Amino acid sequence: MDSLIGTLRLLAEEPSFAVAQALTGLAGASSLFLVSAGLTIVFGVTRVVNFAHGSFFMVGAYVAVSAITLVGFWPGMLVAALAVGALGVAVEVGILRRIYRAPELFQLLATFGLVLVIQDATLWLWGPEDRMGPRAPGLRGAVDVLGQPVPLYDLFLIAVGPLVLALLWLVFRRTRWGVLVRAATADREMTAALGVDQKRLFTGVFALGALLAGLGGALQVPREAANLHMDLNVIAEAFVVVVVGGMGSIVGAYLAAVLIGVVHAFGVLLFPKLTLVLVFLIMAAVLVVRPAGLLGEAPVPAGGGHGTGEPPLRPASPLLKLAGAALLVLLALLPLATEGYALVLMVDVLALALFAASLHFLMGVGGMISFGHAAYFGIGAYGAALAAKYLAAPMELALAFAPLAAAVAGLAFGWLCGRASGVYLAMLSLAFAQIAWSVAVQWLEVTGGDNGILGLWPSPWAAGPGAYYYLTLGLTTAGLLAIRWLAHTPFGQSLRAGRDSPRRAEALGMSVGARQWAAVAVAGAFAGLAGGLFAYAKGSVFPSFLAISRSVDGLVMVLLGGVQSLTGPIVGAIAYIGLADQLVRGVEYWRLVLGATIILLAVAFRGGLAGIAIRRAGAP
Amino acid sequence: MTLLAVDDVAKAFGAVAAVAGVSLSVAAGERVALIGPNGAGKTTCFNIINGQLRPDRGRVAFDGRDVTGWRPRALARRGVGRTFQISQTFPSLTVRENVQMAMAAHGGRGAAIGRPLRRLDPAGADAVLERVGLRADGDRGAGALAYGDAKRLELAMVLAQSPTLLLMDEPTAGMAADERHQLMDLVSRLAREEGIGLLFTEHDMDVVFGHADRIVVLDRGRVIAAGDPAAVRADETVRRVYLGLDDA
Amino acid sequence: MLRQAILGLAAMVAATAAGPVMAQEPIRIGEINSYSGMAAFTVPYRQGWTLALEEVNAAGGVLGRKLEVVARDDGGKPEDAVRLAAELVANEKVAVLAGTFFSHIGLAVSDYARQHKVLFLGSEPLTDALTWSKGHRYAFRLRPSTYMQAAMLAEEAAKLPARRWATVAPNYEYGQSAVAAFKQLLLAKRPDVEFVSEQWPAQGKIDAGATAQAVALSRPDAIFNVTFGPDLGRFVREGNTRGLFRNRAVVSLLTGEPEYLDPLKDETPEGWIVTGYPWESIDTPEHKTFRDAYRARFNDYPRLGSVVGYGMIKSIAAAIAKAGSTDTEKLVDAMRGLTIPSPFGPMEYRAIDHQSTLGAYVGRTTVRDGKGIMVEWRYADGAKYLPDDATVRKLRPQE
Ligand SMILES: Nc1ncnc2c1ncn2[C@@H]1O[C@H](COP(=O)(O)OP(=O)(O)OP(=O)(O)O)[C@@H](O)[C@H]1O
Ligand SMILES: [Mg+2]
Repeated sequence: MDSLIGTLRLLAEEPSFAVAQALTGLAGASSLFLVSAGLTIVFGVTRVVNFAHGSFFMVGAYVAVSAITLVGFWPGMLVAALAVGALGVAVEVGILRRIYRAPELFQLLATFGLVLVIQDATLWLWGPEDRMGPRAPGLRGAVDVLGQPVPLYDLFLIAVGPLVLALLWLVFRRTRWGVLVRAATADREMTAALGVDQKRLFTGVFALGALLAGLGGALQVPREAANLHMDLNVIAEAFVVVVVGGMGSIVGAYLAAVLIGVVHAFGVLLFPKLTLVLVFLIMAAVLVVRPAGLLGEAPVPAGGGHGTGEPPLRPASPLLKLAGAALLVLLALLPLATEGYALVLMVDVLALALFAASLHFLMGVGGMISFGHAAYFGIGAYGAALAAKYLAAPMELALAFAPLAAAVAGLAFGWLCGRASGVYLAMLSLAFAQIAWSVAVQWLEVTGGDNGILGLWPSPWAAGPGAYYYLTLGLTTAGLLAIRWLAHTPFGQSLRAGRDSPRRAEALGMSVGARQWAAVAVAGAFAGLAGGLFAYAKGSVFPSFLAISRSVDGLVMVLLGGVQSLTGPIVGAIAYIGLADQLVRGVEYWRLVLGATIILLAVAFRGGLAGIAIRRAGAP
Repeated sequence: MTLLAVDDVAKAFGAVAAVAGVSLSVAAGERVALIGPNGAGKTTCFNIINGQLRPDRGRVAFDGRDVTGWRPRALARRGVGRTFQISQTFPSLTVRENVQMAMAAHGGRGAAIGRPLRRLDPAGADAVLERVGLRADGDRGAGALAYGDAKRLELAMVLAQSPTLLLMDEPTAGMAADERHQLMDLVSRLAREEGIGLLFTEHDMDVVFGHADRIVVLDRGRVIAAGDPAAVRADETVRRVYLGLDDA
Repeated sequence: MLRQAILGLAAMVAATAAGPVMAQEPIRIGEINSYSGMAAFTVPYRQGWTLALEEVNAAGGVLGRKLEVVARDDGGKPEDAVRLAAELVANEKVAVLAGTFFSHIGLAVSDYARQHKVLFLGSEPLTDALTWSKGHRYAFRLRPSTYMQAAMLAEEAAKLPARRWATVAPNYEYGQSAVAAFKQLLLAKRPDVEFVSEQWPAQGKIDAGATAQAVALSRPDAIFNVTFGPDLGRFVREGNTRGLFRNRAVVSLLTGEPEYLDPLKDETPEGWIVTGYPWESIDTPEHKTFRDAYRARFNDYPRLGSVVGYGMIKSIAAAIAKAGSTDTEKLVDAMRGLTIPSPFGPMEYRAIDHQSTLGAYVGRTTVRDGKGIMVEWRYADGAKYLPDDATVRKLRPQE
């Protein structure tokens, strides 16, 4: 607080500092805009939320660093942009084109696989060290603006943003291709009906988006060494910009980039410790007030029509019941066969299967996509840990506290984002998770920050690997059965109904919003229980429990298993963790293999692994 | 007794005045047809009546109470049932579960977790399905129904809630001629026997003149004629604007 | 890169293939590190331990048995590290756990070691908690801690005329405890000093222009920097462009380590006071031997990670030899007070807090032939930068 007032006083004494700081923010906004523009164009036309867009940015930076040494600075920028554009074409033609008709989550899954592949490919090609590129020739120094030094390159970047915006505007207003793209953004089916070659249009759009990301990455070279963390760092912020601006709106993306850039610059000055959370707070605030972003149009509620929907939920067939019982017996006998690592691994698998199932309840049953489900997992884990640490709660009590804490968090989140849906809801959930994560990282006194909370070991009776395994097996099985039960009850079915046709549901007197709110809390509670179990298995909690990567893990497990089946998440958890465990232990470039496997699954098996089994069995 | 009274409601979408001052009423047991050319504003009227849309001006009274601006779910709980022009069902539920869902919502058990939805009074649901001729399809997924059957299912869902006012937007579109009359006979009987007020739109004039006690004709958001079928059939304006097509 | 990978692979194969020379089962060391996440550090680190492993085994192994490393990638996640620790102990039957890069992962594995009574040698993590507030019988640390390195720099900072100080540190435990230790130690020596600005950029996400600008706003005489890696590069570049470092002293943690200095190349700022590893110019016999062996083996120069990896294996080998057994309790007793030679000179694992006395080099940065190097350096022996025993006893829970 003192330092805030002090800084404000300094600023008042020297207002020119504020100007310089605003210019810095605008320069940051330009690079952010280049990446986000590509992301938003691609989304507008193809409806693909491209997780790998940040990877294009990173590749752009690496290619630029290499190309500059061969052809010079400015040509190097161009080469990088074009090369990444070409990469975009390859990705679109090789992967995405095959899955446009699949549910949008499959595209997400595929692009996530791509992130992994590109990460390891970059490591392999350029090595582990950061690659510092040269500065822009002629733009090395700084100029005086009101007595403050402002880098020339910053001024150049400030100009690039509006320039690219104007160019894009011209392309979209003045060329036939641009008009077609806009038409496709507004109404995909219509353009298809008009006989436009959609394939080429999509490829072109994707290439343009990738090219912009590549250019953004290349232009970043004078400011930052190319490094292997650029992809995920930039994608989170680009998502924020796109959502705040309104998905599909280029002008919106520019406004949002400026907003975020400037707020960021002043945030550094005024709230130096809150930098992590500031952008996400802005996003949450904007979306709560304008659920479709600054310039976005409210998504039309779809569905309910005839010929859509999923197969109805059937009671478990005798065969499935038998298989389930057999699996349970097998799992119960496992400790007799091994005392070792298999039990430790299985505890992870079980806890994460429960986590995945709770996410599936939200997504597959409730139709609410979440990019931030790890929030509940982590809040459950922290709830248990804090109860143990500050209330000296024994394990049994702390474990009960986990779902409670997460359910309360779910209620809070559900209340915040009552009006959002679809991708916007997904983004809000991401913001929520990021805020929770930042709290865990930055509220050092309570959460221990990055170092987490240690010493969270089970009560003596459950301390042996076998005993804790049984505890986890029992609670997980109960949780999974409860989730399954809930899906079949009027509550669960009304969620599916509200997802299918909100208008019908409301006209029958059901409050879709209230159901969904309850569903978030319920799913949160089960995720929280999973988090609590996981925490006691690890003996500790860390901010990584609520990190984006854990949310993505959950998504991958659900999608791998298949969204349409209640057994899917269990199968997905086993497959994903098993695969990751084997790869991590045996393969150097394990992310490449894992990513390629995920892409293959997304492209080849849209029903997920459980879907394959169902198809094999001949059931619908 | 007047069940529904709509008084001078209007709604504009930007520059388009979809509904520009419409008044109409439906009495208990009465069947009123709302007709007019495409884009006349019929669906918009329905949306205002059941609360999907808030009118720019005017009032809607139901059962003697001003319900202007109430939400659809509040009206549904008071007994306003509605089917949509493009039928809205729950395709991921079975046909029977669709009806059971409606029954559960009506009985205040729409969010119950005591037992599976499919075990909630299946016999009662089958009885409702029987009335619309879908009993044999109870176990099928609703998403697999033919278009006409989906419209019937939607009606069944609404009937399962025993509404006092039934709003039906083109209930027989996509059905064969004999099916249309069968369905409208059923609804007419309900109106008569249970005193349900019925407001429906329809493009098939046979259905309109065969099943309406009163007809309200809409054009460009305004009522251009209203009265019993004979009077409307004789109306000059109506003949020119709407039925004129038949003469050509 | 490819060459390195192949060499690394060859080393792995050599390390894992059961040697026909020694009939007995090899002694296994379970090594967990952020191999995929922190490759810039872990590649030299892996080469470092590979070299040591080959030396130990060429000399006949330990207790007549070969030494073997089973390495695992934690992917930067503490929860995975804990699972892998269990895997190494249960499946691979390792005698000792070692490694980790990030502080929180080091702490997580350390807590596992405490719970399961396995010896853990944290090689790289810097957090003071590892040996102090969360220290315990089974955990040891190789590198000089945050406190020790901050103390080395505070000593130099106190000699500067500067009175107004600004700090720039990543906003997590490492950055926070480094700033706290530096402040405390500098203020103890120089009560006239004032800290006028604190910047806490998010780790890996520094908004360098805004941060440099914010530091400038407070008009400090000197800056204490804790950022490293890509953040450091961005900060240096923005600071250079904006003249932030002109006429200002900068004291900077870890910046002299080749891992972080090399990427700066000709933009290496002039005259920063740093801790690090001037590998080119350390010509003590023990370091020369190490450097030559490393070069011969990998055709590359050592980074600090190489020294840490090398020291890790040498420490464990020495402890096993001293204990005469792989029994954990005996190993722990052997580790306490264990003295071994290192490329930096002799070092000791203190019995009082299990911290090694390995030191760091303190010097100034400069650019030579387009590369950043350290000059005017001296070796700061870790033993001299630790608090007195009474303080340590207060900091560390007593068993
Ligand atoms: N949500 C909306 N936004 C903009 N315009 C609308 C909207 N809904 C209806 N309209 C317009 O209002 C007018 C009346 O539409 P409405 O759907 O009420 O007609 P209708 O009589 O039901 O036609 P139909 O016989 O084709 O069903 C039309 O011009 C239509 O384009
Ligand atoms: Mg209509």
